[in-house]
Amino acid sequence: MATKFFGTPVKRREDRRLLTGGSQYTDDLQLTGMVHAAIVRSPHAHARIRSVDVEAARSAPGVVAVFTGKDMEGVAGIPTAWLIPDSDLKTTDHPALARDRVRYVGDGVAVVLAEDRYQAEDAAQLVQVDYEILDAVADQVKAVEEGAPQVHDDAPGNRCFLFNTIQGGDLDQAFEDADDVLSFRTTNHRMIPSAIEPRGCVAQYNAASGELTLRMTSQNPHIHRLLLSIVLGVPEHKVRIVTPEIGGGFGSKIAVYADEAVMAFCAMQTGRTVKWVETRRENFQCTTHGRDHVTDVEAAYTNEGKILGLRFKTWANMGAYVSTAAPGVPTWLYGLMLSGVYDVPAVGLEVVGVFTHTTPVDACRGAGRPEATYLLERIVDLVAQRVGLDPVEIRRLNFIGKEKFPHAVAPGVIYDSGDYDAALDRLLEMVDYEAFRSEQAEAREQGRYLGIGLSTYVEICGLGPSSIVGSTGFQGGLWESSVVRVHPTGKVTVMTGANPHGQGEETTFAQVVGDVLGVDIDDVELVHGDTDLVPMGMGTYGSRATAVGGIAAFKAAQKVVEKASKIAAHQLEAREEDLEFEDGRFQVKGTDQGMSFQDVALQAYLAWNLPQGLEPGLEAQSFYDPSNFVFPFGAHACIVEVDAETGQTDIVRYVAVDDCGEVINPLIVDGQIHGGIAFGVAQALYEHAQYDESGQLLTGSMMDYAVPKPGQMPSFELDRTVTPSPVNPLGLKGIGEAGSIGSTAAVANAVADALSPFGIDHVEMPFTPQRVWQAIQQA
Amino acid sequence: MAQVSIEVRVNGSTYRKEVEPRLLLVHLLRDVLGLTGTHVGCDTSSCGACTVLLGGLAVKSCTLLAVQADGAEITTVEGLATNGDLHAVQEGFWEEHGLQCGFCTPGFLMATVQLLERNPDPGDAEIRHALEGNLCRCTGYQHIVNAVQNAAGKLREAAS
Repeated sequence: MATKFFGTPVKRREDRRLLTGGSQYTDDLQLTGMVHAAIVRSPHAHARIRSVDVEAARSAPGVVAVFTGKDMEGVAGIPTAWLIPDSDLKTTDHPALARDRVRYVGDGVAVVLAEDRYQAEDAAQLVQVDYEILDAVADQVKAVEEGAPQVHDDAPGNRCFLFNTIQGGDLDQAFEDADDVLSFRTTNHRMIPSAIEPRGCVAQYNAASGELTLRMTSQNPHIHRLLLSIVLGVPEHKVRIVTPEIGGGFGSKIAVYADEAVMAFCAMQTGRTVKWVETRRENFQCTTHGRDHVTDVEAAYTNEGKILGLRFKTWANMGAYVSTAAPGVPTWLYGLMLSGVYDVPAVGLEVVGVFTHTTPVDACRGAGRPEATYLLERIVDLVAQRVGLDPVEIRRLNFIGKEKFPHAVAPGVIYDSGDYDAALDRLLEMVDYEAFRSEQAEAREQGRYLGIGLSTYVEICGLGPSSIVGSTGFQGGLWESSVVRVHPTGKVTVMTGANPHGQGEETTFAQVVGDVLGVDIDDVELVHGDTDLVPMGMGTYGSRATAVGGIAAFKAAQKVVEKASKIAAHQLEAREEDLEFEDGRFQVKGTDQGMSFQDVALQAYLAWNLPQGLEPGLEAQSFYDPSNFVFPFGAHACIVEVDAETGQTDIVRYVAVDDCGEVINPLIVDGQIHGGIAFGVAQALYEHAQYDESGQLLTGSMMDYAVPKPGQMPSFELDRTVTPSPVNPLGLKGIGEAGSIGSTAAVANAVADALSPFGIDHVEMPFTPQRVWQAIQQA
Repeated sequence: MAQVSIEVRVNGSTYRKEVEPRLLLVHLLRDVLGLTGTHVGCDTSSCGACTVLLGGLAVKSCTLLAVQADGAEITTVEGLATNGDLHAVQEGFWEEHGLQCGFCTPGFLMATVQLLERNPDPGDAEIRHALEGNLCRCTGYQHIVNAVQNAAGKLREAAS
């Protein structure tokens, strides 16, 4: 295949509409007869509902209807789709609107429909809920203590699950053979994904046909169709999910939420088209959060710095209900990465999933893998310090060598390909590591505290081979579908079950398909996000769209060429094997006889002269199920300066070398890396979702929760190595989450390095001035 | 609720409307005038997705009442391009991949127009400072900074 577009920094094809206000996000939809919804939410983290009085609200101006949890009793609970086996997982009942108890601040109690949004919000204020306030618990370690307030009656001790399936190698032997053991407890604090576009939906129900249409903010419309069909009792073929333009997800638009089910219910009850878009406050209170682990680490190591075994016990805060994919995040996605880039013979993990009176937790950019990387990268730095090795040396000593791939790691997966030394070599060259160490020593003499943090990471992505994800309890396959439809003029529509929302696949998939078919990328249009147009697909998350969905499109395009080749051979009166297909033209080798791809497309539809037995038309479908996950990796370095007087941490340089296999569009890949790094840096320095003792979210707005501003981010210096994946024919891996996986740990290690003159070897995140200043004072 | 009569000029067209005194400017633009390119991302004037030019000044339209804009000249993202030709700022964002999901983008574009009118040759730090009323979750800001530099170059070239 000639690669005219693959590997080139093509300007994004989706941008013109986004730059001119010509796009339509969910909140931009104005449909005839539309009413607006406002949800009455619990102001308490835990309370019994004694009564809900909606009379005043019902008679308020413009109000069309008011519904409470009792009205929705016939609607099934909100489901969980990752049922991890052998863990005694308690999914518990999750009604769309609370009936007798509320379990977190923001839990929905009633919904008001009115002719405009202002009226709906006014009337929502008139709903009188009589609450009996109960004790609440927000912290997962406290929640499992004796006598803690109970979130669910059928989950004793607030235990959601106990997961200890990941046990690889002989841990007891490892700890016996060790010269020493490093033990510490650390927290990976809660984050709020904070897509700038809030969640929302517009629900329409046609009572005559029984068809329900939801236009909604979804990363995975087909999964939403399937699960909402079950919740609402509407047959799957009568449910249509359309995703308008989506303004970012970061994991928060994967889950099936109560709110969309409520809006569908309202549309079905009233016959009116119902629109609901959350406020930012609702987004912070009710859209899923991420991370929130407390972990006890034990690392067995030799005096030479070789890590022999790692034992982890993690308390994962699940929030008040088990969100759609939530059980898989602090178990498989986290646990499988707990040996990282290192050749660690034995790894053991126990995870206690804990119910608390907080917002449910689910995937959040990186989802489990940043948590694992943070632990490992702290471990290697702390062990290095104890055995007197440089952070570079201990990494090299423990790396999985490039000759070992494909490599089975102790947690139980097989890494596809990697060359960790190459990425680190390039990083150190860019950083000029030796020069920095001299500069750092000089600065320290002047009372300036510079630190460098390395983070060498690997991630599991391209989710994933269906039989393997099935064995983890995920209630679906993670293949992806694509249809490549060639029109009579040779123009091409590509349908994908992936659902891009900022990642640029309207461009990168066109690059892939354009190359296979030999057509210009402007002749290729990507269609996604409509369950009536696109065959069943699994959506965009887990850095899977390109490595799985892109390959489906590639394979479907190849099938198109195979059929086109038959037609061309017939029309040219040549044998197929005598044809060559290059740059969009079928040519009989060694002659001037040939026809263009566009001519073949026309002939396929005219069907006047096709090979006997060949059906007319020119389109093909692929359901691609990868044979393995893919494992991108990289080496990041962060250089910080800490002001010892104020505790302020400033990033001086951020250098990253990432390897996502072959690159379709370097401009887009760089953009994904930038955004990922920013996400992880923000966790380390700024963002922290905090609850008080009573379960109130203290960081409930963008004034209190620090999504970073432009001036709070450094410029990033990037390079890459290219280690193709053998898993798929294009050598692709994923890049959407990589930056967020590598960067948090790089900052954490940099801060620890900067503070080492004070005898400090570890500070808990986030590194706010107050926290760093206190650490210095206490040192 | 009593209605108030206002007149605004948006992207060169004049509109006379009866509005509730509490109607936010952003809702006038989006829901009354149908100009949905201006977005709402937060409740606290933190994110800047709703930024428009009002009398040439970049303002957050979620923090102004429509009645406060009575008599004003407003430019939204829909008014940036002329006859289908993109504004230099739009071109810059496109060429430098200064947007991903696009939701914050109209706000960044409008804030950038003001920035470059005030400072045609800004340094990176000045750009980051000038755009600090706008949040982007996708880009990590670096390509936005590059985009502003690109646009600044285009505008300087056009002016010389």
